[in-house]
Amino acid sequence: MGINRRDFIKQLAGIGGIALFAKDANVWAGEQTTTLRDSLGVLVDTTLCVGCRSCEKACNQINQELPRKTPQSFNDNSVFDKRRRMTADSYTVVNRYNNPGNSGNPVYVKFQCMHCADPACVSACIVGALTKESNGAVKYDPWKCIGCRYCMVACPFQVPAYEYNNATTPQVGKCTFCFEKRTSKGKAPACVQACPMEVMTFGKKRELIKIAKKRIEKYPDRYIPHLYGEHELGGTSWLYLSSLSFEKIDFPKFGYISPPSYTEPIQHAIFKHFIPPLTLFAVLGGFMWFLRQRKTESKSVLNEEGQEK
Amino acid sequence: MSFHETPTPIDKRFFTTGVKVLIALMIAGLSFGLYRMIFGLGSTTNLTDQYPWGMWIGVDVASGVALAAGGFTTAFLAHIIHREHFHAIVRPALLTAMLGYTFVGIGLMFDLGRWYNIWHPALPMMWQGNSVLFEVGMCVMVYLTVLYIEFLPVVTERFIGQVNLPGMFSFFNEPIDRLLSFLDNILGKVMFVFVIAGVVLSCLHQSSLGTLMLISPYKMHPLYWSLLSPLFFLSSAIAVGYPMVIFESMIASKSFGHKTEMDILTPLAKFIPYLLGIYIVLKIGDMIYRGTYVYLFEGSTQSRMFWLEFGLLTVVPFLMLLSSRVRSSAGWLFSAASMYILGVLLNRCAVFFVAYQSPFAEKAYFPAIGEFALTIGLIATLMLVYRVFVSILPVIPAPEREAVSNSNASTRIEKAI
Repeated sequence: MGINRRDFIKQLAGIGGIALFAKDANVWAGEQTTTLRDSLGVLVDTTLCVGCRSCEKACNQINQELPRKTPQSFNDNSVFDKRRRMTADSYTVVNRYNNPGNSGNPVYVKFQCMHCADPACVSACIVGALTKESNGAVKYDPWKCIGCRYCMVACPFQVPAYEYNNATTPQVGKCTFCFEKRTSKGKAPACVQACPMEVMTFGKKRELIKIAKKRIEKYPDRYIPHLYGEHELGGTSWLYLSSLSFEKIDFPKFGYISPPSYTEPIQHAIFKHFIPPLTLFAVLGGFMWFLRQRKTESKSVLNEEGQEK
Repeated sequence: MSFHETPTPIDKRFFTTGVKVLIALMIAGLSFGLYRMIFGLGSTTNLTDQYPWGMWIGVDVASGVALAAGGFTTAFLAHIIHREHFHAIVRPALLTAMLGYTFVGIGLMFDLGRWYNIWHPALPMMWQGNSVLFEVGMCVMVYLTVLYIEFLPVVTERFIGQVNLPGMFSFFNEPIDRLLSFLDNILGKVMFVFVIAGVVLSCLHQSSLGTLMLISPYKMHPLYWSLLSPLFFLSSAIAVGYPMVIFESMIASKSFGHKTEMDILTPLAKFIPYLLGIYIVLKIGDMIYRGTYVYLFEGSTQSRMFWLEFGLLTVVPFLMLLSSRVRSSAGWLFSAASMYILGVLLNRCAVFFVAYQSPFAEKAYFPAIGEFALTIGLIATLMLVYRVFVSILPVIPAPEREAVSNSNASTRIEKAI
């Protein structure tokens, strides 16, 4: 490599210049994840649920991309015999749990995407196919998706499901919060509206927290004093009240720190204005330049030794 | 000037038994690959909603990237700190890295549900700077380009003044020749930029691969979830670079009937205990600091995996390589290098699918036959492509004519370093 010192420095400076332009693209520097203060949510009072599966039926009806099911199929109560989770074909499921205090009166719990305040799936998505909308919904855009399934790895609730048997256009399936058809227009999600027992309350998250706390205060025998989703993982849009401990009804015990709080600081520290990579580049460049002297010396040493043998 | 002759294309019979076996493995693997493309991931893999990432991510992608670290570690040694003595191994390592990363991309295509969208992360409108995977993807894409550029001089060296297209294409001989000379001229002046960029990009994405699983703290076994994970990935990738070069060099020498280059490999092996030592100290220090040693004897799959990949396949080769007798014996050096390579491979599998446990998993994940077949098939294809490249291009140094006594040369150089 026949280069002189001046060329070398000039070219290093050129690379620095490129980086100065690039730093304006805040995509690298990282935007602050904002907690959406006025976002909407749903409060689920599991003590009211009777397991009629009307919510499952309404969900299947409104989400036209799901395989059609007959309305009668939702009257089949044998599904409660085993624990179910959401799949790419059903965005919400109701499970039945034994009630140790009252065995004739089991507990039913509806599950779906929790629409976290700082969603791990949104932070993980490589192309921004998952987005957090200002009303609280976590939305999925299949046209951007590359199918890497990192969102599924990231989700602490194991919510996003995948169409593994679709060879050409598989999608990630999860609750849409009825964004397009209902909640973006201020209407309650289909499942909330369909519930005959008024298990679910739709509204601003701040209001829902107040309502929930009042209920816990008023009926201390009915509820355990914990509102799941208020603080878990930095908060979720769906909040749960329960008579049983949350671990018994399949809600994992989580801390209050959101998963992206672990990865994003590392990510943004490494790319802060491109300074760390450029520093490394400069240090290595410096090494390369100054050790050239030694290279010429060692070369002659090797030559001498080579002649000896 | 050097102990070795210049790299020359290999002129040996191509269709040996080994090559035939590789072709069979390739056909078997790619048939499963084709099956996956037609019938989907569900029919070929054991992946589920509980286990979205499996062997193809753990081996084809994560281990593929780690084991291609020979490229940037030798580039650092030979070009940045100018250890001229190691020039003979730079080209084979560079070729392995280039093919390794290319096959990471190809392997990923089989795993991606919408593989035809693989270019999406490159579109500014879809940039997602919070995503660790985005950073990995971008760095790998750019680094792959850098590797192709770094490899170009090998191509120009072979074909300048030798372009001889048949029949009607002979018209293009001269322009192509001029283009090659032009490229050669330019590259000679700016190559250092790409060499340094290659090292920087490697450090970035090798470490970011370790950041990937930090986003699921509640799903990872505590033995494998640490905020130092990016450093573990980087330091273990740096440590596996030279073992990988040794491993490949010995296999190549054996299959081409060359003499094992112990006078280069032994001094190269001397770096490994230092590099591997850094990784081991970090890992044990982190374990003591976080108190995760309590999980060592719980008898779970994860704790057994840890003993296997860290205890047996990382610490043991480290101890072996501390001994100069191991480093100067071809057999022992090959064993130690192979052990650590397997150790890194199992470590990546551990992080990406063994330590990963979904809260509502119904059964543990184990790769399906189709997953094994495609992974093995891709490795076989890579080896075949490597074989074709080294027969056309000057990558591997021709064997020494006058044999210097092996042990003499290596001890002398060990002293020099």
